[in-house]
Amino acid sequence: MSAYIVALIGSVLILLGIFELLRRRQLSEKYAVLWLVVGLTLLVVTIFPGLLGVLSRAAGVEIASNLLFFVAIVFLVGVALHLSWEVSRLEDETRKLAEDLAILRLDVDEHVKRTTSGPDGKS
Amino acid sequence: MSNEFSGRALIVVPAWNEEAAVAETVREIYAAVPAADVLVVDDGSSDRTVECAREAGALVLELPFNLGVGGAMRAGFRYALRHNYDVAVQVDADGQHDPSEIPDLLAGLAHADIVIGARFAERGAYQVKGPRKWAMVVLSKVLSLLAKTRLTDTTSGFKATGRRALPLFAEHYPVEYLGDTIESLVIALRSGCVVTQVPAHMRPRRAGNPSHSPWKATVYLFRAGFALLLALVRRWDTSVKQAVPLAAPPAAEKRMS
Repeated sequence: MSAYIVALIGSVLILLGIFELLRRRQLSEKYAVLWLVVGLTLLVVTIFPGLLGVLSRAAGVEIASNLLFFVAIVFLVGVALHLSWEVSRLEDETRKLAEDLAILRLDVDEHVKRTTSGPDGKS
Repeated sequence: MSNEFSGRALIVVPAWNEEAAVAETVREIYAAVPAADVLVVDDGSSDRTVECAREAGALVLELPFNLGVGGAMRAGFRYALRHNYDVAVQVDADGQHDPSEIPDLLAGLAHADIVIGARFAERGAYQVKGPRKWAMVVLSKVLSLLAKTRLTDTTSGFKATGRRALPLFAEHYPVEYLGDTIESLVIALRSGCVVTQVPAHMRPRRAGNPSHSPWKATVYLFRAGFALLLALVRRWDTSVKQAVPLAAPPAAEKRMS
């Protein structure tokens, strides 16, 4: 019984954590939906432990916890892959910004130099 | 060289912590090609590279953090496109490339879009051995096939990029390891650019030490092979946004012409 309570508290805490991140706008909406679904699924499975048994029998998995592990691993690999993709994209965007920032800084410097040294300063 | 180059050339010098060598390199370039502008791209150096380059009279792009050679060069290409240059030539800051050979590269652009200053072709005493050499041989063979011409040194950084390849590189220049040499050539060839080479000398570095451990050479072999495979299988969006060189202020035109 105590294991049940601990699991329940854990699931609720995770859900609350996700909700709090979302509320403070630390988590963008597209990820928020994903993790909310995960948190809710976790909570449902915790409240009704029998559900997992029913599902694994339906899927032909003998040991119920293996179904849980399998789904979790597939899900996590997917998330990791997605994050790698996202980071690569962000890195490329940052690089382009840095390059253009440097170019603009040089242009502004040159412009300031010219305007302060008079219209026909350098030739 | 016979046919004189008459466009506006930008010499791009990517530099990362090269305070010992960059000023002399810039002066040599100005001496060799007085008509060209020199743009030193400071790749997030922590030393006095920027000041040294500026004192030597170069334009200096200061990248806010280290982007690698590919990133530095892409910034250079973007600058060249924005300011309407006809050609961008990459010259390393460490003094390995001889600026007096820049006119040879520029002359080569008369019948090509990219000209590589190749280290093994006849001139110079540049030598490599072991896995690094095997990697270079394989790369040369494959890229020669793609380019339908003989390329002996595809990892040379000493390159001139003409009008046709500039907008392509300004948008798609690869920023990954070895991408600036192998992958960039593949992209250029895919989009129909003509690549050729002229012989070039390789001088010892003015400062800094080259790496010569066999382990590093082996790692290089694998990374080069991987980079080549990646370059060959990747889908490249070689479409180019119509180049919009932002009109430079009138005074800039005066200074640069």
